[in-house]
Amino acid sequence: MTLDAFLILAAALFAVGLYGALTQQSIVMIMMGLELMVNGVLVAGGAFWYFVAPATADGQLVVLVAVTVMALEMAMGFAATTAIFRARDVDVTDDAEDLKG
Amino acid sequence: MGDAAFWILAVGAVVTGIGVFQMDSMARATFLLLASFLCGAGELLLLGLGYLGMVIVLMMTMEMVVMAVFMVMYMMNPAGLMPMTMVHNQRPATVIAVVTFAGLVAGILLTPWPERKGARPMDSTMQVGEAIMGPQMLLMIVIGVAILATMIASVVLATDRGRYDRYGDRLERRRPDDPIPGGRR
Repeated sequence: MTLDAFLILAAALFAVGLYGALTQQSIVMIMMGLELMVNGVLVAGGAFWYFVAPATADGQLVVLVAVTVMALEMAMGFAATTAIFRARDVDVTDDAEDLKG
Repeated sequence: MGDAAFWILAVGAVVTGIGVFQMDSMARATFLLLASFLCGAGELLLLGLGYLGMVIVLMMTMEMVVMAVFMVMYMMNPAGLMPMTMVHNQRPATVIAVVTFAGLVAGILLTPWPERKGARPMDSTMQVGEAIMGPQMLLMIVIGVAILATMIASVVLATDRGRYDRYGDRLERRRPDDPIPGGRR
């Protein structure tokens, strides 16, 4: 277990999530990609705490914030999906590429 | 032992993460994402972050179950009955993801990371608890306000016709203005 190994794992999770967020058509699947990217941040935050600065809680707090971001992102994402689905019967991004309300 | 567990969990997290976007069933994708999160939480447990690891396990299990419900609501290709492509823009996205990963790895390997400063606490849970209830309390306050704002905003966004639509901007209508009469009057 080294810092490099943990960070490379975090980078891999981030890149996979980025791929998902860019390729998926369904808004719900895009949110899964974003969650996977934040998952990488979780791993990196924990690794920095353990390998660089374990004497203070800063690394743990980054993880705490990232976990909160994940939950809030999902809640807002589903609310936006519900709103656009209700207004225009749209659940894929290709149908929502204009700015018309 | 720690090394073996790290690599098993790391490969598990990445493989299930890739699997999320290979599945043509969104329900299966949800549970693969859960598996990826659980592997990530396992990595945090390996680092001695017992509290945060368990929070992620519990939270993500609940979150993915909720997500599965939404998946069923907004599912493409429900029950495999409507086969269709769920992806677009695949080649540029692959290039962007690979370039990002390569760039990050290069940065990770080339950066001279600092040596560990200070000793690990006996109890990491105690450490984070004392931080958020002491010097870092502002963070906890901001998180609390953000959660409250999200709760309000998501309800506002998801509500179809609220009381202001039914009873007017000043809530002064005696009878609600509904397209179809019904509900409580």
